[in-house]
Amino acid sequence: MLGRFPALAGADLEVETGEVVLLSGPNGAGKTTLLRLCAGLLPLRAGEAEVLGVDLAVEPRRVRRAVALVGHETFCYDDLTVAENVRFVARATGHRAADADDVLERVGLQRVAHTAHGRLSQGQRRRLSLANALVRKPRLLLLDEPHAGLDEHGRAVLAEIVRATPAEGRTVILASHELDLARRLATREVRIVAGQVHAVPAAGPPADPVVAEVEARA
Amino acid sequence: MSFLRDALLVAGKDLRIERRSRVALQQIIPFGGVVVMLFAFALDSDRTLLHQAAPGLFWAAVLLAVVLAVGRSFAIEEANRARDGLRLSGLDGGSIFLGKAAAVAVELFLLEVIVGAAVVVLYDVSVRGVVVLLCAAVAATVGLAATGTVYGVLAGGLRARETLVPLLVLPAVTPVMLGATRSFQAALDGIPGDAWPWVQLLAAFAVLAVAAGTVAFGPLLEEA
Repeated sequence: MLGRFPALAGADLEVETGEVVLLSGPNGAGKTTLLRLCAGLLPLRAGEAEVLGVDLAVEPRRVRRAVALVGHETFCYDDLTVAENVRFVARATGHRAADADDVLERVGLQRVAHTAHGRLSQGQRRRLSLANALVRKPRLLLLDEPHAGLDEHGRAVLAEIVRATPAEGRTVILASHELDLARRLATREVRIVAGQVHAVPAAGPPADPVVAEVEARA
Repeated sequence: MSFLRDALLVAGKDLRIERRSRVALQQIIPFGGVVVMLFAFALDSDRTLLHQAAPGLFWAAVLLAVVLAVGRSFAIEEANRARDGLRLSGLDGGSIFLGKAAAVAVELFLLEVIVGAAVVVLYDVSVRGVVVLLCAAVAATVGLAATGTVYGVLAGGLRARETLVPLLVLPAVTPVMLGATRSFQAALDGIPGDAWPWVQLLAAFAVLAVAAGTVAFGPLLEEA
């Protein structure tokens, strides 16, 4: 439920370890809601949800420690520098503050490591979100519109991170409207329409006539 | 140990942000000074009354500054949805509470030193019973910071946060205002024996506020 409105009623999604699953669908379909639910940020009002084998309704804090969410906002503090923000996340999640330096280099932010978050460009903020996610060493990485605001180099960095997913034992679920870019990264696509999850064939639009009808109305 | 380490991490983060932004230094502390100065202008014709009312006026200034400090403490969590970042970190709600309350308490101590100095100068107060004054100030400050932090998170996610925080905090800290004023009055009058029962009340309030906050903060952070 989101306020008084049911969200994701009847949604059913199973993701295997090492998969990169793309969530596509129209605005307001429930993609962000699903990602925030998986991150343990939204309470489960009905139904069942297990993330990494942990019951979300019973142990949301345990789920949060194992996942990372790159959302529309950075979850950062404007008056802290880039390095301070990442170090805070690292230490708060039980990792070494020194890991922050490696992660900043990986996302290409070491040059602005001592710049306050409030002074960063949109693309740099997006990279910082990625850095904050990576420093947690998550088993499940949730990306909500990860390409938004990223320049070409940033998109290449993102692609490198997502493609390293199976080797690093990580699973990725990403929601995006930039389908061409996202499909190149994903191993599977599911389409969310009005809170319902529909499988998408390997190529082409959804074949399910019910989906087409609901989409036409959405 | 990890509980206290996490609390220190949160307190360090909040204090670092305040040191950078200088909101406490440039707005909250001057605000306390202005309140004390306004009382001095208002009651200047009656120096005896000003002298007698000094403890109450000092704590009234501190109380008004608490509202600003608590509001600021949660405003930094609302920008960029940093509050969600805190929740995602998996930190225990109790340790987040202790960290945020400790940071507010440090800011209030600083404010009390400066506003206290202004009261001594402007209200012509001679300082006596320093030990009692210090104990009362520590207990009152911890109680104010803890209570303010609990109500701060309660109102944190609401649009009416700025107006709701004073409405919630000020009535709840009435016992602190009373105990702190009475204990300061007794100490400054040179009868510290009369102050200790009030200091005990302040200490009891502080312990209760910290205990309640440690338990309640986590669920409140989730629901707000």
